[in-house]
This record gives sequence, structure tokens and C-alpha cells, in this order.
Amino acid sequence: MVALLRNNDRPALNRRGFLQVSFGAASGLLVSLYLQPNPPGEAVGQEGNPTPPPQQPKVFPPDAFVNIRPDGKIVIQVNRLEFGQGVHTSLPMVLADELDADWTNVIAELAPAADVYKDPLFNIQMVGGSGSIAHSFQQYRELGAKTRAMLIAVAAERWKTTPDKCRTEASVVHGPAGESAKYSELAAEAARKPVPTNVRLKGSGEFRLVGKPTKRLDSPAKCDGTLKFGLDLDLPGMKVAVVAHPPVFGGRVKSIVDTEARRVEGVREVFEIPLAKGSGVAIVANKYWPAKQARDLLKIEWDLAGLELADTAELWTKYKELGRTPGMVAVTQGDPAALDKIAPADRILAEFEFPYLAHSPMEPLNTTVRFDGDRAEVWAGSQFQTGDQMNVAEVLGLKPEQVTFHTEMAGGGFGRRAVADSHVQREAAAIAKRLRGTPVKLVWTREDDVQGGYYRPMHFHRVEIGVGPNGLPAAWRHVIVGQSIVAGTPFESFVVKNGVDSTATEGVADTSYVIPNFHVSAHHPKVNVPVLWWRSVGHTHTAFVMETLIDELATRAKMDPFAYRRKLLKPEAKKLLSALDLLDQASASWRNKLPNGHALGVSCHECFGTGVACAVDVSIENKRPKIHRATVAVDCGLAVNPLSVESQFQAGLGFGLTQLMAKGAITLKNGRVEQRNFDGYVLPYIIDAPVEVDVHIVKSAEAPTGCGEPPVPVISPAVVNAMTRLTGKRYRSLPLVSV
Amino acid sequence: MASYRLNINGQLREVTVDPSTPLLWVLREDLKMTGTKFGCGISACGACTVHVGGIATRSCIVPISHIGDRPIVTIEGIGQDAVGRVVQKAWVETDVVQCGYCQSGQIMSACALLKATPRPTDQNIEESMGGNLCRCGTYPRIRQAIKAAAAQLPKGGE
Repeated sequence: MVALLRNNDRPALNRRGFLQVSFGAASGLLVSLYLQPNPPGEAVGQEGNPTPPPQQPKVFPPDAFVNIRPDGKIVIQVNRLEFGQGVHTSLPMVLADELDADWTNVIAELAPAADVYKDPLFNIQMVGGSGSIAHSFQQYRELGAKTRAMLIAVAAERWKTTPDKCRTEASVVHGPAGESAKYSELAAEAARKPVPTNVRLKGSGEFRLVGKPTKRLDSPAKCDGTLKFGLDLDLPGMKVAVVAHPPVFGGRVKSIVDTEARRVEGVREVFEIPLAKGSGVAIVANKYWPAKQARDLLKIEWDLAGLELADTAELWTKYKELGRTPGMVAVTQGDPAALDKIAPADRILAEFEFPYLAHSPMEPLNTTVRFDGDRAEVWAGSQFQTGDQMNVAEVLGLKPEQVTFHTEMAGGGFGRRAVADSHVQREAAAIAKRLRGTPVKLVWTREDDVQGGYYRPMHFHRVEIGVGPNGLPAAWRHVIVGQSIVAGTPFESFVVKNGVDSTATEGVADTSYVIPNFHVSAHHPKVNVPVLWWRSVGHTHTAFVMETLIDELATRAKMDPFAYRRKLLKPEAKKLLSALDLLDQASASWRNKLPNGHALGVSCHECFGTGVACAVDVSIENKRPKIHRATVAVDCGLAVNPLSVESQFQAGLGFGLTQLMAKGAITLKNGRVEQRNFDGYVLPYIIDAPVEVDVHIVKSAEAPTGCGEPPVPVISPAVVNAMTRLTGKRYRSLPLVSV
Repeated sequence: MASYRLNINGQLREVTVDPSTPLLWVLREDLKMTGTKFGCGISACGACTVHVGGIATRSCIVPISHIGDRPIVTIEGIGQDAVGRVVQKAWVETDVVQCGYCQSGQIMSACALLKATPRPTDQNIEESMGGNLCRCGTYPRIRQAIKAAAAQLPKGGE
């Protein structure tokens, strides 16, 4: 995905005014990172070495990543959206560690959209694929180390010594004769130094911050109400807009009666706007409440002619029929007819259903835009700054560089703020275009969110397994049915191979279990419901299928769930094996002495480069699973911030439980979404989450891998594996309406 | 439009708004106190929780005309209170937050719980915090932070 959405024509960003002394570490480094990859043999930059685009070096703003202020504060720009995953703390830790900065004086800021902040691997500015640390660890280390080298160079010159005789600690350079100078005293001069092309990075034993549990920088402001999210933005003269969306995806406005709506005091304008598909009606008011009231009073006649009216029941019928026929081949190995040679008594046939799921981040979707004719400004909690900036520019008839794009703190996202068509930003831009010169904040209500599409797609799996005499799977035929999430997007050409969207088959097609005769195929029907990646993407359903079936096979073979998995895993699945071993030790204290009515459930799954194993203690209370405890073992390479890794897993399990909720499903009838808000689409509350979660991290010096998505897939299969032990039933149809 | 005199965090504030306007939007848009969050608008998620007359209240469904002279405390003011201070500190010490959007409401619910029940059991916690949704799923640390705060509070609450 290196060349994705590449746009190299943008000049350097005109950064917001920093204090006059700003210290540049970024310029030369970025030139080297993007345009002059280190020649072979150089010490740094192996990990995220992108393909260099063929163009002349550009001048980057000197303060793109680090700004050492005269007051000693060190401001570090974070090239990612912060929406809970903790990158606003973890990436500054990485840079500050190599810089030997005084951590108590580090300030993190979310960077606006600009070329310098693009993901070094994907070459767009984004958060996704659990890549924030995995892709920017090396980048931020180099930034810190090079900045430090430049500061030392200035100090050494002053003291008439050599850099190797100087050392650094807590934002101070110390010289050989007891001299010392604060970074803030050296910064102005250091900014004029050439950026070194090659610096030594710390050995793993030299880290002061990396690997140490570190509290979040944004925590105090999130606990006293002072942190501003995108929805909290307030600009002089700002108006608030809501949009009436069609009841069926793609519907168009036929007629509007807005007499009553316009009577609501504070309402300024009511007008039709184009949507990503179809059209809607925008209501602009001085505040949210009158805009919302006016929307409720609008009478709109919709043109739904020619639209497919999606219907969940009909879709299941269609999906099940499709699932009984082979699809486009994702993987085939061994003898495709091996299964048919196995006696029926030794075969398992299992069919699984997974519903549409809305992401529903706590902060409703929103975007603020001001259009000034020849330029525009955007404020959005975006996982896809590059794409959103381009799409806003397109709506406004501008070039992307005419659109200043501020990244706002976001209240969750889980994939929902990474949308290729930028439909929310497009709506906001269309409204701002009409209100030229006036900033407009578009607010999606919770109803807009729950009914607005871009769901985790429905999936149907049909699996036939032939069990060998040793109890291990001898043949496995697997058909997956579900919409492609990338069809029609710029990602399609990278993700879809041989007609198979790999995000629908990941976790099955690339399984770490040894299955000699293995055949996986997929169907991607087109349905008039927009779909999207949902935290951990295909693994949300594939891990559930694999881990419940592996557990079933273990039970059938009368083997311990740990032993069976260990026996079946490929030796090269090192992270899964290490996570399983650690889980085995860490859960030993409780799992063999469970109270009556409790059962153990186990699962393991590797995704985004991280191996995870999970054990749960479950009973059934009030006809629902009660999760008394979850123990998780994780191999994510070097854990940059173990406190953050622990937090992602403790909480991410709760997110993963969405699909076990009795009302954890979006359904459609006659083209309309049947749920409206959190009363119909009910998400996990404290009572549904594990009471306790203990997280154990495999000690590792390997390159760090992601921890945003890997917590999600393991929990649901672990819980239902425990429930099966309690009830004897198999749970293959989600949501878990009844136990 | 009507004018209302409100006692918010110990200060007298006056607003002129439509009487149907929920307290949430008066706080956020008229008084620019954005610490209280909009999550669902139907009292299903608790992000908008404030204290009205000492009771944890979903401000998204309470029209401003229903407030009367009951004092209002929001996340911006809870730190002036002994319990609030301890809870906020426990939240930071426990590193509870992730995206943080629901945490104003979580903290307000936790403060109401600890004022009424200074030594809450797990069941007390599940009941009092049961309507506060955290999409990130920070519940295990919320539970831990409430227990840590309780351990620091005198047994009779304030």
C-alpha cells in the first residue's frame, strides 16, 4: 500500500505560529527518509524504508516534529490521530527517549495534515492497521537521536571539545569538564546545524522511557473536562448544522416542506446537499438544539426509485445459498477432494452468522469547515487526514494545499473515522460552501451514526472439516460470504486479489494452524449498505470461527485446549506459541480451581503482527455470560509503553464483546435500518465486561507491533468456548440473542 | 425564549434560551462548558452526566425549564469538592482514560456513588456505573479507580 493516494504536489505546510526560536530536526531527516533512503550498510532506517518518490527534495518546515522552546518545554508533533489508543503518549516517549528529553516537560500535539506526517509505510497520513507504533517507532527514534546529535554538536563547539565526550540527560548536555547547557539554550544555534544523516540509536539497555510503564499525557485534561474534542470546537461566528439523511442508502430528496422548521428560532438555512450517495437536507442554525428541532419538523419526500431495499432476513437466505457453492479461491493447498474421502462420521459441518455492526464511537461524528473562496480550513478527528483533505478540496473546487486541515482529538473511532469517501467531511464542505466565510460545525446525531451505514459487514461462514485419526484436522473446506469493504475505493487494487478481498479472509486464509488439505474461498455480494473496517477488520469474525472450531476439535480429541493448540500450531507461529506458554503459566493459579457453575474458555489469535492468547472464567447469570476474569498474554515485540499495552488489552476485550451482546446487531427491513440509538443497538456496559483483566506481556526485543486491534478478536470465542462447556451448546450465530 | 438563573458550580449564571433546551446544550453552547459530553441524546450512555441537586442526572434529557433552583455541578466544578478531587486523582493515577470522551460522565457517576456509598462493593459499582457506556471498554480500570478513591476517602464520605 506504499503508493496509496500519493499526492506529492503539495508545498510545505504553513505551520501555526510557534515561538520565534524553533529548532529543526525534521528537515534533513525527512529528506533522507522520503527522498534519499540510507545507502545499504547504514545503521538506521531499515524498518520503514518507503519507496522514494521520484521528485526533487522539498524544504520542510524546520519545526515539523520537535520544537524546543525557550522555557524548556519540548513540543513533539504526533503524526497520528489520538482516539484512545495512546499514541499521543507513546510516540513522544520514543522521540524523547532518544533525545534524552526531560519527560516532565514534554508536550504532545496532534499534527495537522501535511506530507511530512504521512505514515512512512503507507504514504498517507492515517491511523489504521495497528500501524502507529509499528510504522513510526524507527522514524521517531531517528528524529530524537538526530535532534540530540545537533544539540551536542553545538555544545561541543562551545566547550571546544568533541561530541563523544559529551553526554545528555533530562534536556541538558554535560561536557567533560563539568560544563552543562540546557537544550533550550542550545536550540537556536542547533537549528542552523546540518542534520546528520546517520546517528547511533540507543541499545535496548539504554532506554530511559521506552519499555517503562508511562502514564498518558492527555489524562489530566480528560479527567477535568478541559480537553477539547472536535465536537467541542467553538469558533467566532460559528454555526451548527445537522443533515436529514434519506431513509434508504442512496435516496434523493424529491421535495422539502420546511415552513415549520424555519420557524424554529435560531434556524438560518435549510437546503439540499449532495451526499456520497444520493442527497440530503442540511439545516444550519446558530446552535445544535434549534438545528435538531428543525430537522424533526422537516417534511421531506424521498425518491427511492431503483434503490435496492436491503433486508437482513433476505440477505441471510441469499448468503447461505452462496455459501454452499465454492467462491473465488483465497487459498488452496493439498488435495481439494481430500474432504470427500473422509467418512461422514469424522466430519464436522458448521455454519456461522455475523451481523452488521456499527462502530459507534462515543463522540458522534463531526467536522467543522470554513470556506473562504480561495482557501478553506477544516477541523476533524480524522483517521485519514490525507484523503479527507483531498475530498474537502474537491467539494470546494480547491487544491488540497488550499485546505488547512487540523487534526482534532477524537472520542473513539475504531475505523469509523477512516472512510475512503470522506462522506462526513464532504457533507460539512458542501454546507460550508453555501455559507462562505462562516465556520460551520456539522454534527451527526447518534441516530445518524447508528443508521448511517459504514458497518462491519454481515458475514456467513460455512466450514466443513474432516478429522484425522489423530484428532487433528485432515481436510478443511471453508467458504466466506460477505461484502468487500474496499470495493470501489482506492484500496481495492491493493487488497483484492483474484476477486478475494483479503480483509474478509484474513485470519482464516493465513491461519497458523497446520491443515494439510485446506481450501478457502469467498463470495463478495454487492448490497446497498455501505460497509467499512471495524477494529480488527476480518479478524472480528474469522478468529471467532477458527477458535471455536479448534476448541470443538480439541474437545472431540479429548485434549486440553492449550495442548491441542500447541500441537496444531506451525513452529514458525512463534508469537502465538510464546503467548500461549505465557498464558498457560499466568492462568494456572485460577483456571484449575474454578467454582461450580464456572467454566474456562481459551482462545488465541495473531493479527497485525501481534500474538494474543486469552483465558476467561465464565458463568451464566441472568441468562447472559458473566466474565469473572480474563487473563491475556501478548507478544507484541518490544512493548514501548507497557501501561498502554495493558490498557489496550484490558479495555479492548470489552470492545470485542460488542458482538456477543443480545442486541449487538444492526438489521435492515425494507432498506431501512431497524435500530435508531443505543436503546436498540445495545453495546457492552460495565456489567458485560470482564470484572478483572490481567495482562501479561512476553519479554521481547523484537520490533514493536500493534496493540490497537489485536485485543478484539480473542474475547468472543474464548467466552463462547467457556459457555459451550457449561451448556453443551454450540454458539455460531451472532448476536448472542439467547444462551 | 425565556431567561433562567442557574447555580452552576457555585456560580450564578443567567441564560436566555428556548425552555425545551436540554441542560446539556445550555452548558455546552450557551455557557461554553464543553466538559459535559453529548453521546446519545436519550439518556442511554451517561456521557452527559452532571449532578443536579446532588443527584447524578443525564443532562441530555432534562429541559432547562425543569431545573429550578437546584444547584448544578459539572466536571468543571467537581474538583472543588473533596470527593471529586480524590476521584479525579484516582482516575489519573490509575491511567483510566483512553479516548476519554465518556470519562466526564463516568467521573460524575463515580462521585455520586462514593458520596452515597463510601465503600462500594462490586455490585454497588455495577449498579451505579451501569448506565455509563465506555466504547473503549475501560471498565476494569474504572472499577479499580473507584476502589482506589474509596480507600482514600473517610468512611462517611465527606
